Parts: sequence; structure tokens; C-alpha cells
Amino acid sequence: MSMLNFERKYRIRGGTLIGGDLFDFWVGPFYVGFFGVMTAFFSILGTAMILYGASLGPTWNIWQINIAPPDLSYGLALAPLQEGGIWQIVTACALGAFGSWALREVEISRKLGMGLHVPIAFSVAIFAYFTLVVIRPVLLGAWGHGFPYGILSHLDWVSNVGYQYLHFHYNPAHMIAVSFFFTTTLALSLHGALVLSAVNPAQGEPVKTAEHENAFFRDAIGYSIGTLGIHRLGLFLALAAVFFSAICIVISGPFWTQSWPEWWSWWLNLPIWS
Amino acid sequence: MMIEYQNIFTRVQVHGNPDLGVPLPGKTMFSRGTKTRLSYLAGKLGDAQIGPFYLGFLGLASIMTGLAAFVMIGLNYWAQVNWSPMQFVKQLFWLSVDPPAPEYGLSFPPLAEGGWFLIIGTFLSASVLLWWARMYIRARALGMGTHVPWAFAAALWLFFVLGFIRPLIMGSWSEAVPYGIFSHLDWTAAFSIRYGNLFYNPFHMLSIAFLYGSALLFAMHGATILAVSRYGGDREIEQIVDRGTASERAALFWRWTMGFNATMESIHRWAWWFAVLCPLTGGIGILLTGTVVDNWYLWGVKHGIAPMYPDYYDPAMLSDPAPTGGN
Repeated sequence: MSMLNFERKYRIRGGTLIGGDLFDFWVGPFYVGFFGVMTAFFSILGTAMILYGASLGPTWNIWQINIAPPDLSYGLALAPLQEGGIWQIVTACALGAFGSWALREVEISRKLGMGLHVPIAFSVAIFAYFTLVVIRPVLLGAWGHGFPYGILSHLDWVSNVGYQYLHFHYNPAHMIAVSFFFTTTLALSLHGALVLSAVNPAQGEPVKTAEHENAFFRDAIGYSIGTLGIHRLGLFLALAAVFFSAICIVISGPFWTQSWPEWWSWWLNLPIWS
Repeated sequence: MMIEYQNIFTRVQVHGNPDLGVPLPGKTMFSRGTKTRLSYLAGKLGDAQIGPFYLGFLGLASIMTGLAAFVMIGLNYWAQVNWSPMQFVKQLFWLSVDPPAPEYGLSFPPLAEGGWFLIIGTFLSASVLLWWARMYIRARALGMGTHVPWAFAAALWLFFVLGFIRPLIMGSWSEAVPYGIFSHLDWTAAFSIRYGNLFYNPFHMLSIAFLYGSALLFAMHGATILAVSRYGGDREIEQIVDRGTASERAALFWRWTMGFNATMESIHRWAWWFAVLCPLTGGIGILLTGTVVDNWYLWGVKHGIAPMYPDYYDPAMLSDPAPTGGN
């Protein structure tokens, strides 16, 4: 069986949010639960709709398959299947699957006596997706403002929407989001490297301790955040990156319709120097 | 279900004597400082202790050269607004120290026409290289592995591709990135458009995937460790060499969620590689742009990842203008 040698003693009943014992079992390494069934339902249906949409499209080229949202003329109405209705069903399935997945994580956390940090963190990512395909389209009045599901087509969408605002790098929330993404990656490399360098020390040296980690970082930059703090910092940086990404797209259109470079004229027009 | 405390901030801060650090071996000209202080705010999130700091020759040299570059950029900005302090603040984001014009090629131009840019670049390069050496020697002085400096080297690779290697191959310093808030963003947008949209560059795709992947990994890892901190999960080194229930629960959480789990050590290898591959692949993508590939969109069409634009565009506009000199 696909059980780790210490796994059996952790596989206990209970901790479910809904359904009691009904789905409280494992399939291979996977925990099922009520929300596992829901996740499977939504993801199988959603994937099937994507395949159906692809079969209607002009290509099976994996890079070019495209499931497009409805035309803007449909507004916030339901569109016929082949006119963007597939995109609407896929979107609903994706949100259902993501939400079920998060709740399944809650059940697993409860089973293992863990905090709920992982499902809470995941819900920030779901919020960003929800912003992109529901909040912003609703504020703009048409599902057609959602992004298309396709490897290259979603890149085209990002590119085109960016140039609609002339130069998206000038979007202040985008600036903050990118800065958080870069900082997260920097912090992740430093954290990974620090732990690896402590447990994989120089030739012939014994394994190092958290005191060595502290000494290294205080020597280097005068501060070591510590073994607990780095995980709080990393989680914060990553979630801030996602959160500001959601902000930077939801303000583009609903709250600012001109070019983003122009937005900065408020600074140049401050009364102290204009 | 009872609302219970989730480990987010330190609620009670306990302070003992300052930790002056693991002793450094041998006697050198420089030694670690002994000054420390406590920060209440830092203590909410992590360790409250600030310092001690090891300056050393390399640290001093790196900070001096970095400071020189920083001050030269600032003085260039200030000169550009006729030494007006108010205009300096007003236009700060718009000010820029630009590389030389293309006609100067790889020669040294007058100071005001890119000369300062080259001098600043030299100092900045010296600063980051000295910092790299400092990281290496600090790690070795404590008997640790050199994973931090090698991760830093990946960032240096991207830095030097952008500012040194690619301009050298293109035969002109004008290809380098300007020093300015908005101007480096303008450079990035213009670079992408000039070479047919960088989104079609597969190494750009990889770099973005590793950037987002790093955020995903740190969110997953940070959250997992905090969630098992009640079992001592934050003591990762101890958990690596002597697995405890924190590691077991953290591993089983992901195994039950997605059918796969890392170990307490291997998650840090995943982290290191994801973070390192972001600038590594990014640097490759930049290096190929303009040197090997002139238009990433047409490259994408040629290799079947992007569709050709529909016919209602003028086909004459779709041919690669480079061989005809843009005419």
C-alpha cells in the first residue's frame, strides 16, 4: 500500500466538517472526504468541458487550444455553449473545485491536529482567481472581460489588457505586486539555502544548528528573523504578492480607465510644486 | 467548532542576554561587533534582537562601492534638475541615468552622455561581486555549506546578462538597462515590444513560472510550518536530522491532499531550485533576445506554439523587418 511507515497511526476517523463518517476514507495516498468527492465532480466535469470545447475548436495543439469567454454583447447573461457557455461552466467548475479543495484541506488539517494556515493561504489564491473571472467582469458588466483558458491565449489576454492601459508597469498596485513577488523569491532562496547550508555543512564539519543560522545572517546583514519568523515572513510576502495582483487588475477598468502612466499626474500636480 | 489561536504573531516576548553568535574561528583584522538592541516590532514577527553585525574588509568594500554608485545616481538626478531639491523630489520617479547612445558602441562616451552610467555600472558590479565573496567567506567561517552565495550567483547571472554580457554581444552599451524607477520599466516594455513580445519567449515563460512557483512554494511551506509549529515544526534542522511528529504531520498533510509529499530537508531543495531557476532561466531568455532570436512572436509561429494572425491584418506587416533593415 501507498502508506509511509509511520502513516498508519495517523489514519484515524473524525475531523470532517460534513458527511460524518460517510466519505471518511483514503484512496491510495489521497484522503477523500465529502469535499474530495465534490472536488472530483467539479474537476472531472470542468476538464470534460475543456476537452469538449477543444474538440469544437480548430486545433488540438496543446499550446493553442483556447476556451474563450462569451462576446461582450452577452453582458452578464448566460451564453450558448459554443459562444462562451463552455467558459462559463468551466469557470463555475473551477471555483467549485478550488473551494472544495480548500475545505478538504481544512478537514485534513483537523484530522492531523494542525493549524488552518494552508487552507487560509489557498483561499487568498482563490480570491485572486475570483477577482479575475467574477468580480472584475461583473463590475465591467460582461463575462467577456474574463480571461480565456488556454496556454498562449491567456498570455495574449494579459498582453492585450496591459496595453489597453498603455503601460501596465505604471499601475501602482502592479508595482507593489511585482515587488512582493521578487521579494518572496529572494526570501525563499535565502531560506532554502540557509537550511541546506546548515544541514549540508563544509566537508568534515558536523551538522550546524539554528544558532549558526542566526550567526550567519547577523554577520551578513545584522539581523536574523529566526526559524519561526521566516515562515511568517514568507507566508506574508507570498500572500501580499497575490493580494496586490488581484488589486492591480480589479482597479484597471472599474476604477481607472485611462493610461496608467497618466495616473501619476496627481503627483506632478500636487499643490506644493505646481 | 471552537475558534482557536493560529500562530501568526508572537504574543509574549521573553528576553534574555543578547546572543552574540557562534564564535568565529581564528584571529583576523576584523571581528564581529558586540552591539545589539531589541526591537519590539521585530519581536512580534520574528527574533527581537538586532545585531551584532560583521563588517569585515569585503563588507566595507562592498558597502563603499555600492554607496558610491547610489550617490552617483542621486547626484546625476540632482544635476538633471539644476540642483533644485524640490524638483528632485517631484521628478524622482521620472529621473534616470541612461546608458550611452548606440553610436558610441562599446567605447567610453563623455560623462554626461553615458560616461556616468558606465562608471556607476562598474561600481555597482564591484559592489555585488564583493558582496558575493563576503557571503561565501561568512558561510565558510561558520563551517556552513555555500548554498546562499550560489543562490545569490543566480541573481548575479541575470544582473550581468542585462547590464554586461548581452550589451557586449550586441556590441553596444546602449543595450543596458537605465538606472531609474520609470525608465527601467520603460526599458522593459520597449524591449518586449522590440523583440515581438517577450510572452512568446519560452525562457520568459519558465522564469515567470518559477517566480509564481516560488510564491506558491513559500505560501505552502510557510503555512505548513506555522500549522505544525505547535509540535515544534519550526525547528527544521532538528526535524531533518531526527524526524518528529511535526514533520510527519506536515508530510501527511500534503500526501493526503495531493498524493505526494516532500521531506523536511527536500522541501528546502525544492525551494532553492525554484527560486534559483527564476533568474537563471530569465537570464537565458534575455541573452537569446536580439542575439539569437529577433522576434519571439514569429519564433512562436514557426515552432507551432502561436497561431498566425488572421488574414485581415496586412501580411506585409507580419514579415520580419530585420533582414531588410526595417524598411
